[in-house]
Amino acid sequence: MNSLVPLPVLLPILGAGASLALLHHPRIQRWLSLAVLGSVVAVAAVLLVQADRHGPQTVWIGSWPETLGIVLVADRLAALMLLVSAIVTLAVLAYSVGQGMTEDEEGAPISVYHPTFLVLVAGVANAFLAGDLFNLFVSFEMLLFASYVLLTLGGTAARVRAGTIYVLVNLLSSTLFLISLAVTYAATGTLTLAHLAQRLAELPDHVSLMIQLLLLTTFAIKAAVFPLSLWLPDSYPTAPAPVTAVFAGLLTKVGVYAILRMQTLLFPDSPLTDLLLWAALLTMIIGILGAIAQSDIKRMLSFTLVSHIGYLILGIALDSRTGTAGTTFYVVHHITIQTALFLVLGLVERRAGSTALMRIGGLARIAPVLAVLFFVPAMNLAGIPPFSGFIGKVGLFQAAQLDGSPLAWTLVGAGAATSLLTLYAVAKTWAVAFWRTPREAHEALEAIGGAAADPVPGHDTGAVQQHRGHVHTAAGTVSRNDIEEARRLGDDDEPDRDFHTLIEAGEDTRHSPLGMLLPAGALVAASVLLSVVAGPLYALGDRAAEDLHERTPYLSSVLTEEHP
Amino acid sequence: MSVNLTLVLVAASLLGCGVYLVLERSLSRVLVGIVMIGNGVSLSFMVAGGPAGRAPIVSKGGDTTGLTDPLPQAMVLTAIVITLATTAFVLAMAYRSWQLNGHDDVQDDIEDDTIRRLALRDVTSEAYDATTSDYPGDDSSGDPGQGPDDDPLAADAAGIEGRTT
Repeated sequence: MNSLVPLPVLLPILGAGASLALLHHPRIQRWLSLAVLGSVVAVAAVLLVQADRHGPQTVWIGSWPETLGIVLVADRLAALMLLVSAIVTLAVLAYSVGQGMTEDEEGAPISVYHPTFLVLVAGVANAFLAGDLFNLFVSFEMLLFASYVLLTLGGTAARVRAGTIYVLVNLLSSTLFLISLAVTYAATGTLTLAHLAQRLAELPDHVSLMIQLLLLTTFAIKAAVFPLSLWLPDSYPTAPAPVTAVFAGLLTKVGVYAILRMQTLLFPDSPLTDLLLWAALLTMIIGILGAIAQSDIKRMLSFTLVSHIGYLILGIALDSRTGTAGTTFYVVHHITIQTALFLVLGLVERRAGSTALMRIGGLARIAPVLAVLFFVPAMNLAGIPPFSGFIGKVGLFQAAQLDGSPLAWTLVGAGAATSLLTLYAVAKTWAVAFWRTPREAHEALEAIGGAAADPVPGHDTGAVQQHRGHVHTAAGTVSRNDIEEARRLGDDDEPDRDFHTLIEAGEDTRHSPLGMLLPAGALVAASVLLSVVAGPLYALGDRAAEDLHERTPYLSSVLTEEHP
Repeated sequence: MSVNLTLVLVAASLLGCGVYLVLERSLSRVLVGIVMIGNGVSLSFMVAGGPAGRAPIVSKGGDTTGLTDPLPQAMVLTAIVITLATTAFVLAMAYRSWQLNGHDDVQDDIEDDTIRRLALRDVTSEAYDATTSDYPGDDSSGDPGQGPDDDPLAADAAGIEGRTT
């Protein structure tokens, strides 16, 4: 019993309510959100220390009898994830306060941003702490709903288009989750994880395998594991920079965390190593090949995000203490690095007017601070020693080598290749966006024909007919002017201006506000710091992995009595 | 555990129809599909809860035999509330999409299309290099007006990805 455990969920939820009530006082709203997230960081740090020293901290909400109520558990893994996510969200919130969330958000309901962001944080925290499958479902819904709102913030055409796909995919995965919950409950009569861990072992193999596969599919959609990853690069890049940053950093990792928890706690006897290794292999390779093909930095990074999920799955698939420790370390590294990169990209977009590789150039000379801020995490992502990306990859490769099966060795090769290809992708970005001059970029774009780089505005479908200034759809007739008007208002990105023309016209934004630079810089510094504290952190990850594979610390702290 | 076959059949047909509708392009049809799937899943929770029984209200020291399992019902309630909120959100999104585009169809990925066309352009320019010496005037190598011409920069720019690495 530890009354601190519910605080990481409660504080943001209460904060969200308060900041909704403070809609008309944006200044207080900002300080409130920062204070809330700051205290979540403190609580998470205390929880991590307690969980590390005294074993898992648990609370049965409302003091219901065991297995009837909802339990929150903070063991080493959960507390570590909680701490990292709290730090990252605090940095992102500070960044978005610095950005003002107003400049590229004309007409957007800014005041909604803070409450929604806090709900997202509460959802993420709840997902890490949930000791109950249904509670996990509810926390997924919390964070998804907040993410729907954040992704479609402002309701521009591009965001509605991307949001449609994101919302529908996640709706389907939620439905699948509900179906697996119904199946699990019908088979076992409980949804408490610790209780399930005992009862699932008594089920016939084929039933528990089906439950496992259902849950695995659900979480694999959230985590963007290869065949189920295609929604991610399509939907993330259109959101505002801080939103993309927090999505890329956290949301997929929640899925990975769920897979890790489920594989170690619920199904320790059925590791499905081959299946997961194949998934990891395909996720890595196909993700990184996608990244190489991209012509926009945000999309390139979204593809590397998918690709590096493969490393995490590799560690889980090996079903060994070293593998799990490697995954734990890599998750921490990847959350920090991916968020930092997207925050820096937000600054790049602000400075250069775009993140499309064809339109920008010369940033290394024009904005050296940004160049450094981009270069360090980019090299870290590619796994250049001595950065934490290298340490994490070495840990995972060691675990695969200990496993020793041919497929595991293949994964080592594929992991190394993916790492090299990541280096290729970020080096290409570096060369194009930071080294060549804006004039070169402009001339190249001119030569290629500006049309090539322009997005196609809305595909015409058979259902739509245009006639005399009106557009006829199945739903009725709309004036063409109205549509043009809406499209003009909704188009937040002027496609025919590149960095060079912006500079020539003197319309480029010269100064990056300190409020944005500092949080981004702090995260980059934190990612470098990860390699400094890699020893203790890796040891912590190893202890967390030991707990996960032993299972007894978790089970005995949640269930203190015998349950049939 | 005995299972109510009617509930299972209804849930299955709701799910089946829902999946069919979700595969449509129009967002409003997809929405109807989602609602049907949601109802089907809620029904399957009723199946999971076991046979129906007395209302699960227990006084102190009262008899608990023959009660319906209340837990799945609590879960279904939560799921229904979530489905309601989702429905409202997707409706708003469909309306916004209709405002912006005049239809509410789920659209293709624009960037993917751009990259595909860039790739085609790449291939075209290589073909152009290979064929110009043999077949001058052959215009099958690109779109008129946009294809690479005598300007060496054009071919260079088309191969921009290779050049800069």
